[in-house]
Amino acid sequence: MTSLPDKTDKKLGLVIDLDTCVGCQACVTNCKEWNTGGHMAPLTDLNAYAAEADGVWFNRVHTYEVTGSSACGASTSRTMHFPRSCLHCEKPDCVTVCPTGASYKRTSDGIVLVNEDLCIGCKLCSWACPYGAREFDVFEGVMKKCTLCVDRIYNENLPEEDRVPACVATCPTGARHFGDLGDPNSAVSKLVAERGGVDLMPEMGYAPTNKYLPPRPRKDTATSVPAKELTPVAATGFLGWVDKLLSR
Amino acid sequence: MAFSAPAEGDGVNTSPVVADEVKTTTCYMCACRCGIKVHLQDGKVRYIQGNRDHPVNKGVLCGKGSAGIMQHYSPARLRKPLKRVGERGSSEFVEIEWDEALEIATKWLSDIRKTDPKKLAFFTGRDQSQSLTGWWANQFGTPNYAAHGGFCSVNMATAGIYTIGGSFWEFGEPDWAHTKYFMMFGVAEDHDSNPIKIGLGKLKARGAKFVSVNPAQTGYSAIADEWIGLRPGTDGLFVLAIVHELLKAGQVDLDYAVKYTNAPWLVYQAPNHANDGLIARDEHNNPLCWDKITNSVTSALRADVTPALTGSFDVNGLKAVPAFQLMAERYSDASYAPEAVAERCGIPASTIKRIAAELAHVAFQETIELPIAWTDWAGRKHDKMIGRPVAMHAMRGISAHSNGFHTCRAIHLLQMLLGTIDVPGGFRYKPPFPRPTPPGPKPAGKNGIKPNEPLGGIPLGFVTGPEDLLLDADNNALRIDKAYTWEHPIASHGLMHMVIANAVKGDPYTIDTLFLYMANMAWNSSMNTRATIDMLTAKHDNGDYKIPHIIYADAYFSETVAYADLVLPDTTYLERWDCISLMDRPISDAEAASDAIRQPVVQPDRDVRPFQTVLLDLGARLMLPGMVNRILKPRYPGGYADYIVNHERATGVGPLAGWRGADGTQHGRGAPNPNQLEAYIANGCFWRGEIPHEAHYYKMANATYLKWAQGMGFLPKAEQIVMQIYCEPLQKFRNAARGHGAIQPPDKDRARIETYFDPLPIWYAPFDEAAVDTTEYPLHALTQRPMHHYHSWGSQNAWLRQITAQNKLFMHREAAAKQNIADDDWVWITSRAGRVKAQVKLVDGVNKNTVWTWNAIGKRKGAWALDPNSPEATRGFLLNHVISETLPDKRSNSDPITGQAAWFDVRVKVERAADHEQNGTDNNFGELHPPPGVHVGPAVLQYGSDFKQAAE
Repeated sequence: MTSLPDKTDKKLGLVIDLDTCVGCQACVTNCKEWNTGGHMAPLTDLNAYAAEADGVWFNRVHTYEVTGSSACGASTSRTMHFPRSCLHCEKPDCVTVCPTGASYKRTSDGIVLVNEDLCIGCKLCSWACPYGAREFDVFEGVMKKCTLCVDRIYNENLPEEDRVPACVATCPTGARHFGDLGDPNSAVSKLVAERGGVDLMPEMGYAPTNKYLPPRPRKDTATSVPAKELTPVAATGFLGWVDKLLSR
Repeated sequence: MAFSAPAEGDGVNTSPVVADEVKTTTCYMCACRCGIKVHLQDGKVRYIQGNRDHPVNKGVLCGKGSAGIMQHYSPARLRKPLKRVGERGSSEFVEIEWDEALEIATKWLSDIRKTDPKKLAFFTGRDQSQSLTGWWANQFGTPNYAAHGGFCSVNMATAGIYTIGGSFWEFGEPDWAHTKYFMMFGVAEDHDSNPIKIGLGKLKARGAKFVSVNPAQTGYSAIADEWIGLRPGTDGLFVLAIVHELLKAGQVDLDYAVKYTNAPWLVYQAPNHANDGLIARDEHNNPLCWDKITNSVTSALRADVTPALTGSFDVNGLKAVPAFQLMAERYSDASYAPEAVAERCGIPASTIKRIAAELAHVAFQETIELPIAWTDWAGRKHDKMIGRPVAMHAMRGISAHSNGFHTCRAIHLLQMLLGTIDVPGGFRYKPPFPRPTPPGPKPAGKNGIKPNEPLGGIPLGFVTGPEDLLLDADNNALRIDKAYTWEHPIASHGLMHMVIANAVKGDPYTIDTLFLYMANMAWNSSMNTRATIDMLTAKHDNGDYKIPHIIYADAYFSETVAYADLVLPDTTYLERWDCISLMDRPISDAEAASDAIRQPVVQPDRDVRPFQTVLLDLGARLMLPGMVNRILKPRYPGGYADYIVNHERATGVGPLAGWRGADGTQHGRGAPNPNQLEAYIANGCFWRGEIPHEAHYYKMANATYLKWAQGMGFLPKAEQIVMQIYCEPLQKFRNAARGHGAIQPPDKDRARIETYFDPLPIWYAPFDEAAVDTTEYPLHALTQRPMHHYHSWGSQNAWLRQITAQNKLFMHREAAAKQNIADDDWVWITSRAGRVKAQVKLVDGVNKNTVWTWNAIGKRKGAWALDPNSPEATRGFLLNHVISETLPDKRSNSDPITGQAAWFDVRVKVERAADHEQNGTDNNFGELHPPPGVHVGPAVLQYGSDFKQAAE
């Protein structure tokens, strides 16, 4: 079994804003195109042009409806788009269950990686991950997963502003943020504090590094815009209110 | 600040080389036209990212653009020109050389050109080179040209251009940085893609309110503060009820109406008179108003008038009243009250009233001011810019109804009454707009279509009265699609959806050659797909096809390829030169004019040629005047790149506006610059010419802007553009219908013109809906476009099809429960036109009277190099199968003004399929066989493994 570092120097991770994710899949395909030629390349696709197409994806977006009721009791439904990828947990069982040391958490930055040379494809890690973030490459017989773009974020061959995960760089609505969640003064930590960012399934005890920002309260009630009810204008005669001197 | 690489010691290479070379170009994965940086390694595409400097996408890239690699390497790519040897539809082709292909095309087309040029119908689909293709049609001499606008968004473009001199999307955008209240109508998840997403992200971060009006709560609607899931086709009623509320409460920006719209213009009210409903004008053709200071009638264009907005005045012996009064009287009527429309719209009257109150509150109580000094058209100086921070955007959900033109005008009316057009926080024009309402030129073809002669102008243009219609002496249509006839007088983008049906019927005439580019008319781009396929294969008794020749140009094995006689294979978007021209569909933003190019970033590995280069070659072989030089040799031997640099439409005006002049120092106008493409490449393949800061708003009346636009060649004169609450050209058609004037409609069209050519916005039930028994067909049926697919291209894409390979029918739970339909049941969707089988997904986030599905996921078996058992063919479906291109009265299923295809008017019933039918869709069109050189893609795709091996 593989041990975890007692602590990591940094806690690099993502902050994902569920208020502005429109489910456009940009992060999904940009992740795919970067990573299929990247550190864990390739992200094999089986039956890519046939029935039951099934590929390796490090990031997927799920769309579903949440039903509930509004303050006044009316039933409301909301369409949610939920991006899902490895959360780079502080206490991930996917690492501790690994019999070979292939699955490991980096001491320097907290990124959870798989060393393909050591992976025997036993899939224990995917059974251990409650978030379904592991992706088994059937064709190659090894486990693959989100690397937090470890081959981008430090890459000296890229312009400095591009050294963020591909999903963050490409997100059209700016719903994805990257940084050190171990540093309370980092922009991402401040964002999490300001917006009440949450852990995904905290009760499982994996202490995920990635955080999700909940949807902002919706301005859909009579008081959300302080507009007074419109009342008929007091004027003499029809369109009397129009009778002003207005110059062109 | 990036992090520096830690010494982890795990052997991970954190700084791999990821590209030998990075080239910029322009995306073509949808119509958004974002800037991209293509990373190349060993001659292959390693990665495509958004270009941070690009004005459209500012570095981001959507789900489609990020999957461009799989588009480029698609197994569905055509490999060589093809000549049909079997029956149409059999895919029996032989590969031929380009010379032979071009000789065949030249033979067919030259025969047409020297006899009757209109026998060529040249229609292009999602063509991004319309300024070339339209010009080519002109040079050939056929009026029968259009692109896909007639079935996409012509209602929006035309209503906008005739009303405000701009339009949503390409000619305008919300002021994302300042708006406090954003209303979006009927946006089907793109149009445009990344700018809307970038804007929504910013807007929500600032705490502005976002209201989405759309029957389905998908994509953008999902993150709206308020979703208004109204009944399809009722947006106009909803908007006019808001107008009613604003008028009743006196919440109208009268000052704005007087200064920037034709609200004060006097309109004759003289029943039975030829001038009834027309604008009263002086001898210089200036519109008149009543000046309240001098108590006299005077030019409404003068700066020093104080015009009346109400009253009744005598002009030339006729009664005339201000347009404002006509407008206010109409919408003050109780028939427009929220209570009167609520049920029809499917939203409570209280909601309509609250939205109206919120709009008024934000516009008039939360007014913003920007400290930008500016000078208006009359030379008056202003020390600040007043903004009414309400912005609106509308697209397909408004456009694709037969009442879409008027609905779009209603939205623009609401914007004008709130004073929110081109002000801080409102809707902003993008250059070259605003333009005159409408701008020139008129559609060409009126003055004869003669053998061996150019048409004399571009086939598409803007009519202003019956005299501009394209009719012969007997009132017969000059165009095959009947654009610019009494049936569709203001069909500014043509009616591509009618071409095949009209040609086969020989109404108004038969054609010889149908030449299509990037238009999948044998599948998802046609209404009534089955009948369209039958028409493409229809024969005379003697065995000849009713459409004798079909030439098709496309890069991929789409369904339409199988029906062509001659296939001209195009390149992918990464293999070609292109220009995104201001003369075409601009990519400007509100603060700058922009254009762009595509450059080949990889070379084709197949015997394919870029279509635009082929078109120029064909033009030279046909000796088309603009395409040969004085010694009758090709004018543009260097192909499209040569044309982009050297073609001049007018002196100094060419396809690209940047780096003109022999030394490349001029922008807008200037002589051709031989190094222009190099200058674009050095700048990331785009040019952005900024509008002076004091001209960022009030462009329609801002002296600095008007002069700048004139200097750039966008406007003929630096004159104020007055927005048109009252649309006089419509009344001119109406007066003809009443018997006035020399050019008269046939009697069958009089009542229709009288009804629909109302110069003020009206609402009426969409035609197809009105024509059926709505108790038998109780549901509206719509399509939405998934953000990660763009029409049929998505299904060949190995990555995108893994996200969606089957489209289900989304249905409200309550509606399904009434019919005992459960989640995942297969159902028959039946309209008056036909039926199709689909699998149901039950949802709450849809209007209860509406079902919808994703557009263009369903594929014909065997097409697009997909395995015939792919879910696209066995489980996906096209709603097109139940939409007819004609109405029960035999007219086209279109907007009566613009001819826009009314895709979203269809009414259906949905019934659970029998138990033995619970097994997939009814895709019984037969299997298409791939043409030579095209094979289903590999079972195992490991794209990228080469890059890793190279890195190791």
